[in-house]
Amino acid sequence: MAAGTYNSPSDYIQHHLTFFSRPVGEGAFWTLHVDTLVMGVIAGVAGIGFLWWVVRGATAGVPNRRQAFVELAFEFITSQAKSIFHHGDLNRFVAPTALAVFVWVMLMNALDFLPVDIMAWALGLVGLHEWRLVPTADVNTTFALALSVWLIMIYFNIAVKGFGGWLHELTCAPFGVKPLWAAPLLVLFNLLFNFIEYVSKPLSHSLRLFGNMYAGEIIFLLLWLWAAHSTLTGGFLGVLGDVVSLLVSTALGLGWAIFHILIVVLQAFIFMMLTVVYISLAHEHH
Amino acid sequence: MEKLQLLAMIQAYTSIGIGLMIGVGAAGACIGVGVMCSRFLEAAARQPELTNSLQAKVFLLLGLIDASFIIGVGLAMMFAFANPLLAVIPK
Repeated sequence: MAAGTYNSPSDYIQHHLTFFSRPVGEGAFWTLHVDTLVMGVIAGVAGIGFLWWVVRGATAGVPNRRQAFVELAFEFITSQAKSIFHHGDLNRFVAPTALAVFVWVMLMNALDFLPVDIMAWALGLVGLHEWRLVPTADVNTTFALALSVWLIMIYFNIAVKGFGGWLHELTCAPFGVKPLWAAPLLVLFNLLFNFIEYVSKPLSHSLRLFGNMYAGEIIFLLLWLWAAHSTLTGGFLGVLGDVVSLLVSTALGLGWAIFHILIVVLQAFIFMMLTVVYISLAHEHH
Repeated sequence: MEKLQLLAMIQAYTSIGIGLMIGVGAAGACIGVGVMCSRFLEAAARQPELTNSLQAKVFLLLGLIDASFIIGVGLAMMFAFANPLLAVIPK
């Protein structure tokens, strides 16, 4: 289709929700979303690279504004992690992980601020006619992050309690195994309880972030469609109807954009806090 | 004609489903957030010095309470624009 023209509203939304995918094997599983990967790498390199660059030139004397900003972010993350993680030195693993997760997820979410139509026109000039800008609006990214945190959680469970201790916890917590005549039933209940917990954690962790970004993007597209079609009110109240429709849709679009700024930061913060909470829970003995 | 009728039926029921998903989800989320925030205001009135630390927790819990609702909205959007139930009708 020609740039900027679409056959129908559904067509517009479908076009903006299509990934730039390339197959690396047979079937839908082995299809890479190249746009997600590239934008994720760009966001990660920009964020972590900025942190590395500032830390490289850090001074113990009077800091410049860049260093003060990074120190502010570092202080924020460390204080949040310290309020949750009480099982030893959090500067070895938990705080750096939290900082990396927060910076990376927030930058990936912040790519949602780029106006989709202008970016689509600019990317169309270089031949990329389907390119999703927000990696965290792809369920693959959020599941990758959540499953990584899940694997870290299992690793710390085994490292802190030992493999046998972990299995003991899976079968004997939280209901215990007394009275002994009901032990097999109780073990089954404990396993089921723990199984649900272990399945629901990565699911909710990833789908919360994905749902917020994806639904936010769709609501943006719907509001922009409404604003663009405000001259098609079908003659209801004539020009006045068109003007009111344009004003209301633009105001709602502005309101949603401002609200979405809060959502972007909040969801990155929640993802980071839950990462620290899950790692902290993995360290707990009973 | 028969196919159009079947398509219309599937889309009609899907739309009702989408409305219920978003509406009932929003009701649950808003009631939950309302209860939590009322407790926060009460606590802030009783102990104003705790306001800042409680505020950070309020935002965290806001995101957790909203999670199921937003997942429901995401699913509803998927049904609105890429309805898998339509695949049962052969092209």
